[in-house]
Amino acid sequence: MELNQLTAHELLAKLKNGSIAVQAIFDSLYQRLDKVDDKVKAYVRRGNLEKSGEKSGNQADLLGLPITIKDNICTEGLNTECCSKILQGFRPPYDATVISNLKRSGAGIFELKANMDEFAFGSSTENSYFGSTHNPWNLDCVPGGSSGGSAAAVAADEAIWALGSDTGGSIRQPASFCGVVGLKPTYGRVSRFGLIAFASSLDQIGPITKDVEDAAILTRIIAGYDPNDSTSINQKVPDYTKSLTKDIKGLKIAIPKEYFVEGMDPEVKAVVDEAVNKLKELGAVIKQVTLAHTEYAVPVYYIIATAEASSNLARFDGVQYGYRAKSDNLIEMYKKTRAEGFGDEAKRRIMLGTFALSHGYYDAYYLRALKVRTLIKQDFDKVFSEFDCIVAPTSPSAAFKIGERTSDPLKMYLSDIYTISVNLAGIPAMSIPCGFTRNKLPVGLQIMAGAFNEETIFKVGHTFEQNTDWHKLKPIIRP
Amino acid sequence: MAIDNETIKHVAHLARIDLQQNELEKLSSQLHDIIGFIDKISKLDVEKIAPASHILPISNVLREDNPHVSLTPEKALENAPEKKGNFFSVPKIIE
Repeated sequence: MELNQLTAHELLAKLKNGSIAVQAIFDSLYQRLDKVDDKVKAYVRRGNLEKSGEKSGNQADLLGLPITIKDNICTEGLNTECCSKILQGFRPPYDATVISNLKRSGAGIFELKANMDEFAFGSSTENSYFGSTHNPWNLDCVPGGSSGGSAAAVAADEAIWALGSDTGGSIRQPASFCGVVGLKPTYGRVSRFGLIAFASSLDQIGPITKDVEDAAILTRIIAGYDPNDSTSINQKVPDYTKSLTKDIKGLKIAIPKEYFVEGMDPEVKAVVDEAVNKLKELGAVIKQVTLAHTEYAVPVYYIIATAEASSNLARFDGVQYGYRAKSDNLIEMYKKTRAEGFGDEAKRRIMLGTFALSHGYYDAYYLRALKVRTLIKQDFDKVFSEFDCIVAPTSPSAAFKIGERTSDPLKMYLSDIYTISVNLAGIPAMSIPCGFTRNKLPVGLQIMAGAFNEETIFKVGHTFEQNTDWHKLKPIIRP
Repeated sequence: MAIDNETIKHVAHLARIDLQQNELEKLSSQLHDIIGFIDKISKLDVEKIAPASHILPISNVLREDNPHVSLTPEKALENAPEKKGNFFSVPKIIE
C-alpha cells in the first residue's frame, strides 16, 4: 500500500520507528491529489498549492503528520472562506483552538482546505461557491454534506484524516455516504473558538477518519476546555484509545423504532439490520425503544438552526472582511454585498431564520421550537437511563445523484432526518461503515450515547469494526 | 400559514439582502412550503414545557477582567475591503 492509503496510527508507528519521513507522506498525498482530485474535487483553491516547502518532522506526539481541515475552521494566514463568495480572500489573523491544539500536538496542517456547502448549509456539498465535490465511490453521486470535501478526501486517500463540523449531521452523513468514520462529539466537548459559526447551540467540530482508532486519537487532541469558548465544558478529557477494547458482552443497545420507518431505502434497512445482528452476535443486548418526538426534529431544527444562522451571518456586511459590493450608500452597500455574496441556500436560511425571529412570529416558531427541543432531549435522557447506547442508520438512503435534490430544498432537508436529533439533544454520535448497497455505495451505522460518553461509542464502533472488513474497502477511481 | 410578497419583502429588508423580483417570487413559494412543513410543531401541547435555551447545565460563565494582548490594529485590519489609517472605512453616512 502507498503511504497516503494508511491510517494515521499506522503512519505514526512508521514515523516513530524512523522507517519513513514526513515529507514522504506529503509527497504521496500530492501525487494522489494530482491523480484524482480533478474528478473528486475534495479540495478548494487548488491553484494555491505550493509543494516546494520541505516538511520538517516534529517532536510532539503527531510527529508532523498531515491533517486536512474543512474550509470553515480558521487557520492563521491560510485562506478560510466557508466556500462562500462573501468571504473571498479571507485569511484569518488567528488559529481556531482546535488548530492550536493540533499544532501543539505536532500535526502538519495541510495547505489546501476541504470543500463544503457554503457556511455548512447543506447535505450534499452542492451549495459550495466552488462547485460540488464528487463521491469517490461513484463520481455521479454527492459525497454528502456539509463536510463532503473532508469525507471524500479521506475516502479517496487524498487525506490521512480530517476535521469537519456537524450542526445537523454534517460530519456523520458524509462519513456514511463516503464509507469512512465520522464523530460529532458532545456539545461543549470541543472548543468552537475559530469555527465560523452557523448555529452556535448546535455546532461541534469533529474527526473524519479511516478507522475508529484514528477517531479516538484525534478526538483526544481537539477536545477540552477553552476559556475562549464559554460553552466549552471544563471536564477531564479521557484517553479515548483506552476504550478501544473488543468486548461488548452484556452492553445494552437501544434501537429506536422511529428510525426504521417508511421513506427509508429498503437496501439501507437490510444492511443496518444485519449490522445490528452482528452486534447481537458479539454479545450486546438489543432492545427496541421509542424516541417519540423524532418526527418533530427536522421542523425544530430548521427553526432553531436558521434563527441562529440569521444572527451569526449578520456579521458578513462587507465592512471587516471578504467581499464588498460597490455603493456610496451604507445600507445599500450592506444589501448589495449580501445579495451578491451569499448563495441561494444561504439566502433561504437567513430569510427563514429572520422570519422565525421577527415580530409576531417569535412565540409561534422560535420559542415553541425551543420547547419541543426540551421534549426531544427528554426522550434521549429516558433511553440513556436504561441503555448504554443507541444504534440506528446514519441516513435513510445511500449517496444520491448530483442534482437530484437541488430543486426541492425540503426534500434535501429531510435527508438529515436521522442525524438532527443528536445535535438538538447535545449528545455525541458516530457513523461507521457497515456495508454497501447493490450499487456499491457505502452505508453508515450511527452509534449515539449520552452526553460525555464518547468512550462507549468508541468501544462499540471499534468492536464492530474489528469484527468486520467494511472499513478496509477502498473506492476505485477510474482515470 | 401563508407568506405573501409583502412579508417576504419586509423580512428581506430586516435581513439586509437586496432580492431581485424573481428571487422574491421563488423564495416566497419555497418558504411557504417549508413553513407549512415546520408548522407541524403547532400540534404539540407545550404549555408546561420549559424552553431549552441551553442544552448543557451551565449558566453565567464569567471570567476575570484581566488585561491581555489582543490583535494589533494592523492585523485586525488585514482583511478589510477598505480602510483608512487604523479604521475600517465605509460609505459616508452623514451628509
